[in-house]
Amino acid sequence: MYDGGKIIAGLIVFLGIVGFPFWYNAGSAGYKTPELKLPPKSKATECIRPTDWMRAEHMQLLDTWRDSVVREGNLVYTTASGGHVEMSLQKTCMDCHDSKKEFCDKCHTAAAVDPYCWDCHIAPKEEK
Amino acid sequence: MKTTRRDFLKVAGVTALGMAAGAGPALAYSKGAYLPHTEHMDTGHDHLAAKRWGMVIDTRAFHGEADYAPLIEACHKEHNVPTIPGTQDVKWLWTGGFHATFPHNHQEFLAERAHHAAYPLLCNHCDNPPCVRVCPTQATFKREDGIVMMDMHRCIGCRFCMAGCPYGSRSFNFQDPRPFIAEENLAYPTRMKGVVEKCTFCTERLAEGKMPACVEASEGKIVFGDLGDPDSEIRHILAENFTLRRKPDLGTSPSVFYII
Ligand code: SF4
Ligand code: SF4
Ligand code: SF4
Repeated sequence: MYDGGKIIAGLIVFLGIVGFPFWYNAGSAGYKTPELKLPPKSKATECIRPTDWMRAEHMQLLDTWRDSVVREGNLVYTTASGGHVEMSLQKTCMDCHDSKKEFCDKCHTAAAVDPYCWDCHIAPKEEK
Repeated sequence: MKTTRRDFLKVAGVTALGMAAGAGPALAYSKGAYLPHTEHMDTGHDHLAAKRWGMVIDTRAFHGEADYAPLIEACHKEHNVPTIPGTQDVKWLWTGGFHATFPHNHQEFLAERAHHAAYPLLCNHCDNPPCVRVCPTQATFKREDGIVMMDMHRCIGCRFCMAGCPYGSRSFNFQDPRPFIAEENLAYPTRMKGVVEKCTFCTERLAEGKMPACVEASEGKIVFGDLGDPDSEIRHILAENFTLRRKPDLGTSPSVFYII
């Protein structure tokens, strides 16, 4: 014979393993955009680019910044409205976004990404 | 009806066009996807520029090791350089005796004072830097203004540069340095485990129009300037004083000069 039973059993085990991500997540809640705590309006009136753009592109922007600052010695960035800011995660971004936990981490945790910026760059001190 | 491949592609093409048109507004922010928009970046107005940055240290004006302490403190505080007990010496600016500093100096009958003095040591920002040549990732590179810079984002910790540098100017982080920084300077990053670090001639200060931290703390005993400009103060000082450089016979051409 052709060992039909073994083949079918094997197939079931195979499909079970291949399908693991699907049935493991079945029934659990879907992705929900986390509720971010925005910086106080008194401090941060306007971001350097529109919100939608920042949401989608901040990682590329920061990546370009780090090369531009370290390798080309550029320091000044012209914002969407024509202002000038220093290209610095610690000095510029985190000046307004003064809570890493309530801003950066919330999205990064929900999206399961773990950027290693904070291994070197110092986040603002948070009140406990 | 039998659909030929040709028909299918036609329909698919029209559908794709329609979808692209419909999705237009939603994708407006990422038009043409990401542009590095480097046109938005510049050096600013205040930055100090030079053809080749260099340093002259008047060691006659320092009397012993203690005189260098404020300079070292200024540098290490500014750049979050850790103080780790034990043998893991992470340092950007430190001191050495005459024979450690100038081992290839064959002066006989040297002045007693010069023999016993302490000399400040730092990266020499060599004009012909071996550390740059051996770095496999170009994390260590030479800027147009002569500063030998490190991109600590890119360093993979292979330590070729440490083997290549004949001055021991580089330190390796065997562990996370953060717990060993007494007082963090929030304006400057720390390093992570597995990364090499060294003096950067304070590029971050030059960019803001300020002199390096150790130069500022030396109150005139160290002069920092443009070696590429024959009329600069540093070139006049070099023309008027006898100076030594560290291990000149290696051909690295250091940009740090010592008045003895
Ligand atoms: S002193 Fe060492 S680290 Fe500095 S540029 Fe020269 S070779 Fe490189
Ligand atoms: S340790 Fe870092 S800087 Fe040094 S050679 Fe390796 S990658 Fe380059
Ligand atoms: S030039 Fe700057 S980084 Fe280098 S030793 Fe002096 S203070 Fe430190």
